[in-house]
Amino acid sequence: MATTPAPPRLLPSGDSAITVEFSRDIDDAANQRVLALDRAIAREPIAGVTEMVPTYRSLLVHYDPVRVGYDALGARLLELAKHPLPEKAKTRRWRIPVTYGGEHGIDLEDFAKALNTTPEETVARHVAGSYRVAMIGFTPGWSYLSGLDKSLHMPRRQNPRLLTPAGTISIGGVQTGVQCLAGPSGWHLLGRTPVRTYQLHRDPIFLLEPGDYVTFSPIDAKTFADQDRAAEAGEIVAELVA
Amino acid sequence: MPKLVIASIGPASSVQDGGRPGSQRYGLTPSGAMDRLGLATANVLLGNAPLAAAIEIGPFGAAFTARGGPVRLALSGAQRSVDIAKRPVAFDSSMTVADGEMLTLGFARSGSFSYLALEGGIAGEPTFGSLAVNARAGLGSPYPRPLQAGDELQAVTASGAPERSIDLPAVPDVPIRVVPGPQDDEFSEQAKALFLGSDWKISATSDRMGYRLEGPVIQHLHGHNIVSDGMVNGSIQVPGNGQPIVLMPDRPTTGGYPKIATVISADFGRFAQISAGRIFRFKAISIAEAQEAARAFSELLRTLPDRRRGIENFNIEALRDANVAGSAVNAVDVGTWQSSSA
Repeated sequence: MATTPAPPRLLPSGDSAITVEFSRDIDDAANQRVLALDRAIAREPIAGVTEMVPTYRSLLVHYDPVRVGYDALGARLLELAKHPLPEKAKTRRWRIPVTYGGEHGIDLEDFAKALNTTPEETVARHVAGSYRVAMIGFTPGWSYLSGLDKSLHMPRRQNPRLLTPAGTISIGGVQTGVQCLAGPSGWHLLGRTPVRTYQLHRDPIFLLEPGDYVTFSPIDAKTFADQDRAAEAGEIVAELVA
Repeated sequence: MPKLVIASIGPASSVQDGGRPGSQRYGLTPSGAMDRLGLATANVLLGNAPLAAAIEIGPFGAAFTARGGPVRLALSGAQRSVDIAKRPVAFDSSMTVADGEMLTLGFARSGSFSYLALEGGIAGEPTFGSLAVNARAGLGSPYPRPLQAGDELQAVTASGAPERSIDLPAVPDVPIRVVPGPQDDEFSEQAKALFLGSDWKISATSDRMGYRLEGPVIQHLHGHNIVSDGMVNGSIQVPGNGQPIVLMPDRPTTGGYPKIATVISADFGRFAQISAGRIFRFKAISIAEAQEAARAFSELLRTLPDRRRGIENFNIEALRDANVAGSAVNAVDVGTWQSSSA
């Protein structure tokens, strides 16, 4: 690293959590530092820290104030942030099947039109990307991915939908994501995956980890239907590439 | 084996415990009791683990019937009238309901949530170590949804242990304490002063995800969108309409509105118990003060068992007065008011 990055800001989230903020914006470099601090705490647990929640720009560190105070924990977090832990040599890479367009991706045509291109070209660009799980949040398994091609950036919809299908693959702003459960969304729906990133009676319950890499591979609607049945029965239909 | 049958119950009533923290990094909300002191008190009265699962009962009345044998229970949290087969029973105490008898609870008189614990806890299949209901994620046991009339909970035969009451510290009628941040710099000094200096009410549209506040409009300095970051119980986020929302145990794990302050953990249960429409205020304190309060609250939970006492010390006149508001009580027979199936 040519220059030492500025230290993160420590922001209290009440008396039992600290927000370690690396950036105010969606920022890939900041997200890498978030994930590096998350790894560092996982490797060297800090007494009293109960869980960490990585996001694009900050790491929320939950702790028990009876076991560790704000000042001592804050100092330790700043120290750990100074020496980012490198990525694990064997970071997982997933290939996630997606059926694009049609009834499974009702916004694909309009999305392509708004970009002055074709649905085929839109899909090709989305499939060409290599993404990293920047954070998982909002609802179980909702995985926010960084690495979206600039030509696919698109503001969120004016009117969010109250219900969008489980497994939706969508784009909102500069982000793309894998949604697990059916629910509200203001993003543009490009397709669906049969992969369940969260499934209660399966091992593992949560498929993706923050920091995992993801690529998408197109499948047709018939393959989607077959894999969807298999996935419902507990099969992991995502492919672990490396 | 006896069971407890729910004869009637209002909305916002579900099985809750200490919740399922630990998977927020996967988007799984922790859930758990709105008022941990209420939950712990009900459990400790029966010798259960303090944060074992119990029935969290919303502001409306409820009724339960013991079937197949006597069932021992305890009640705490929001005060309300209680009777067993029309015999009034003290609040914040254990009680035994004989086979076929009905336990009837009135509306919450102060607060919103009461906790009904069962001796031996609630039987169910934990997910992530918890029976707490999270209806959106389909989690919770024995029913992954709010409770309704006709539901049945497996119980153990009442042990016959002497009934107990508990001396709880008085709930102070003082402002809800908050620690400013994490995004208090998204608000002007004027907006922060307005937040801390105004009367607030909890909207009737509030639920276990969030309490919507009604009061003056709190304006943002730079708009209401921030890049999502993590949230906690008690995070006070301010969306575009300037009316704050306090996040409760069924909240999302992350969110994209600026958070002006956070309710301190020691006051979270007291805040959760504020009933819709009642006026209250916030007060800012330092992290050091908040952590001191957290340690004191933890010590209170730890020492709850020492606060128990035998039930025979009850002042029956006071008990009768307390019950008059909620149910028609006449001719209380001092000798039989407490079920004696033990």
